[in-house]
This record gives sequence, C-alpha cells and structure tokens, in this order.
Amino acid sequence: MKVVAPALQPRLAATFDVDRIRADFPILKLKVGGKPLVYLDNAASSQMPQPVIDRLVRYQTTQHANIHRAVHYLSETATSAYEEARRKLQCFINAREDREVIFTSGTTDAINLVMHGYGRKFIGAGDEVVLTTLEHHSNIVPWQMLAEETGARLRIVPIDDAGDLLIDEYGKLFNERTRFVGVTHVSNALGTVNPIAPMIAFAHARDVPVLIDGAQAVPHMRVDVQDLDCDFYVFSGHKLCGPTGIGVLYGKAALLERMQPFKGGGDMILSVTFEKTTFNTIPYKFEAGTPPIAAAIGLGAAADYLSAIGMDTIAAHERDLLDYATEQIKRMPGVRIIGTAAKKAAVLSFVVDGVHPHDVGTLLNQEGVAVRTGHHCAQPVMQRFKVPATSRASFAFYNSMTEVDALAAGIRKVQKVFS
Amino acid sequence: MADTNALYQEVILDHNRKPRNYGTLGNASHRAEGHNPLCGDHLSVSLNLDGDRIDGVAFQGESCAICKASASLMTVTVKGKTRADAEMLIQEFRDMVLGKLDPNGDHHLGRLTVFAGVRDLPTRVKCAILPWHTLHAAFNAVASTSTEAEGDPMHAPIGNA
Repeated sequence: MKVVAPALQPRLAATFDVDRIRADFPILKLKVGGKPLVYLDNAASSQMPQPVIDRLVRYQTTQHANIHRAVHYLSETATSAYEEARRKLQCFINAREDREVIFTSGTTDAINLVMHGYGRKFIGAGDEVVLTTLEHHSNIVPWQMLAEETGARLRIVPIDDAGDLLIDEYGKLFNERTRFVGVTHVSNALGTVNPIAPMIAFAHARDVPVLIDGAQAVPHMRVDVQDLDCDFYVFSGHKLCGPTGIGVLYGKAALLERMQPFKGGGDMILSVTFEKTTFNTIPYKFEAGTPPIAAAIGLGAAADYLSAIGMDTIAAHERDLLDYATEQIKRMPGVRIIGTAAKKAAVLSFVVDGVHPHDVGTLLNQEGVAVRTGHHCAQPVMQRFKVPATSRASFAFYNSMTEVDALAAGIRKVQKVFS
Repeated sequence: MADTNALYQEVILDHNRKPRNYGTLGNASHRAEGHNPLCGDHLSVSLNLDGDRIDGVAFQGESCAICKASASLMTVTVKGKTRADAEMLIQEFRDMVLGKLDPNGDHHLGRLTVFAGVRDLPTRVKCAILPWHTLHAAFNAVASTSTEAEGDPMHAPIGNA
C-alpha cells in the first residue's frame, strides 16, 4: 500500500520578514547559470549585508590610518573605531571586559594562539588534552602539534550514531593528568549542538580550563560567555556576516595575563631593548603588528546588524528552516541524513544513495544551489559514519523556505540523472 | 558557467552505472593505487603488459561518477594499445581537461572527449584525471599516486619516470 504523506507546509514565523532581510544582501540577487542563487554554504562562509559593506567603504574612504601609533587625526579616528569594534564584540558575546576580546585572523588563528600561549606554557609531557570526535581540524591539529612537541596526550570523546557526544565517556576521560578541554559548540559537519555548559562545569570542578570553538555557534544563537563560564571562546568574522581575515579570541583576563605571547612584534610591547622586552598588557600583548583594522571595524558593524535583528529571532527562523528541510529530505527515498542529534543548528548533512557527494554538488550547482561537498575539515566525523564525504546544506537567517524547496527539487533532479 | 548538462551525459552515466573492466587482474605485471584526499576518491589500476602491448587492464575503487566513468572509458580505450600510445593518450587527456587541447582539433582521444566539459569545473578536473595518473604510475612501477602534495603528478611531463 502506498501511503501518500500530506504536502509539507513551511512554518513561518509571523514576526520575521525574510524578504526584507534578503534585500540587505546584494549578493543574493545573483543568478548562477541563469538560475537564482540559492546560497546554502553558510557554514563555510556567510554573505555580507549592505550596512557592513557601507561601513568598510566609510572606513577606507574617510577614516583609515594605522592605529595605536601616531597623534594625527586619522590615526586617532581609526584607533577609536577599532577599539569601538572591540567593545561591540564584547557586548555581542557579553564578555566582562573589552580587554578580554582579542582580535585574531580567525578561529584557526585564535586556537593556535591558545595552544602557543597557554598550551606550550602549562601543558607538558604526560599531561592530557580532551577533545571530541566532532572537532574541526582546526581544533585537532594545533593540539596534535603540541602533543608532538611536549609529549602530551590527546583523549577523544566519542559520539553515538546520531552524532551526539557520549557524555558519560567525557567524564571517564578525566584523570589527574587532564590539563585542558577543547570542544566545539556546534559541529560544522553535523550541526550537533553540544551540551557545553555542563561540560564546562564538569571540567571546572576539576580545575581544568575549557576552550569552546564557537565558529558555528555565534552566527546562529545568543552566546553569553559569562553565563557559559568558558575560559576561551573563539569564532570567525566571515561566518558572521563580517569580512574574512578577522576573528575573535575571548579569554578570561586572569588566564590571558598568565599566558605567553604568541607572535612578537610591534604593538605587543611596552619597551624594547636588545637586552629585554617588556610585553604590553592584554589585549595588545596578543595583537602583534598592524591588525586587520578595516576587517575588525566591519565585524563590529556585523555584530550591530545581527543584534538589531536579534539572535533569538535569527535562531527561531533558522530552526524553522532546518525543521522544514529535515522533514523534506527525510521523506525522500534514497537520501540519508548524516547527523540526527536531538539539538542541531543550521546544518543538514546528507548522502544520496549511489551518488558521490561531488556529483551531487556539481549537479546542484547547475540548479543554482550552492552546498558544500567533501569531508568538511572533519575527517574523524566522516570516519565515524563510514562515509568518505557528505553534501552539506547550511542555513543562515536570510535563507527562505522557497530556497529549501529549491534544494529538495535539486536533490530530486540529481536522483533522476543517476536513475 | 560550465555546461554540466553536457558533462553528465549518457556515456558517462552509463560507464558509471556499468563500469567496464572493473576488478583486479590476478596476473598483473603492473599495479598502482590512486588517491584524491580532497574528496576521498580512491582507485587501483592493474595491467598486464605483453612485451610493449597492454594485454589486460582493470580498475576498481570508490569514487565519484566522473572518476569512475573516466577509469572505465580509459580501460576500454587503452586495452590492446602499446604503452607508448597509452602514454600519449594520458598526455592528451590531461591537456584536454586542463583546457590546453582543443577537443575539436587533432588528437587521438576519440569519444574520451565526453570529458572535455570538465575543464570548466576546476574542482572536478582531478576527478577525471586520477585514473590516468594511476595508469601512468602503474607503467612506471610507482606504487601509489595522489592528486595532492608531492605526489601530484599534474604538472610533471608524462613519460618514463
């Protein structure tokens, strides 16, 4: 007997006008091969709204000079805009103090900073670092390099078939040599939202500091670093409607002060002689050289833009998008969703039976639909699910239900070509 | 914009569905493994040279449709040919997918020109080329080849290693 399911209707949040939001993003008007662009690769990088573009233009046309240096008008204007951006980011994640916000070039840079600044100083031979199977390569490789250098060990929290961390196993990994925990807030490959608050509390009860990789969380939900009580929280600007080349390391001031500098150079010093250099205070101790000033200011504008919409509103709309897409794809024979955790954010990874993800990606592109295909820089996740790669649709608040329909239609077309 | 309609045409889909010479030769005189770490494509090519002639050739592995169809058509094309002819085809195929050879000009590729559209899809060029590089590695008694890093033979001249 064939059961015909009732047609799916997207649930629409009454207060959220996605068309008005979309009008802010010039790139969304593009056509790709004659078809409207359906941009579903937001986990890799998000698009930039006009107010952020305008802010970059205003900075470059009227405010640019080097910061923290000269006494002239432009230098003071640029310095003030840069430091204002730091305060915007402080508010965005609710850090206690602005000096706890370090500008980095991105999430990867921020994790490497913590590895060098904290890891190389405080983690030694025989010490253990706890990571999870869900980590992006950027939260694996720096710690492997540290382990290689110091003789420390990595302990990995496993996941179940849904893509949820096995929290009991997390607890069992702790011992008297546990010195550090690194865990992703949201899995970039599966979308799993990890229970980081209890994980942080558990580690703190054993005096172990915790770094949270927030690259895939900050664009999708309200993050309050004081509430989480994490020791480090890192994320990238370009996944947050900001420019590339900028990211944030949040760290508790007391920890940042105990850490050694990562890079040496200008701006991170108080005084230099050939005999001795005195390092600057935080945050400058960790911002050697001329930073990406424009990018930082652009990221500040992006934080303003997102705050004006409201992260809770964004999270609600993305929840609707993800639910609708999940229901659509679950109903398609021959398509399997990879990652079915109870709590997910904005990511839908899937495989089409008999079709390699790269063929899926090329054929979807023909329909104007941009998804990521591959291992998503998370090969341990792929190995866990025994797939070489997946196709990943990842949503942003400017995506519409119509675009979810375009994705579903595109997948049906892929199946038809390969039937 | 690449005309991907022209790429995913029946010849390629057919060779993906029903790959020819799929498997491994028990009596192979030459073998090699090919990897594309970026997408996880992996295949092995085994062949049997009778003097200078390719007596038998087979491949197996896990890959996308472009890679599998390229491998299948490759085995059909080079079977019975001399090693020198096969090396010439490797060079011509590579030039075609890199956009250096006009599929409508002088060459010996025959219906391998169905892969010409790959040249407009830079991320897929390596999918099409992997079987050919693996064949080249097998000729030269190189155990494995890769599309990446030091193993990438993409820009090295085709010829005896």
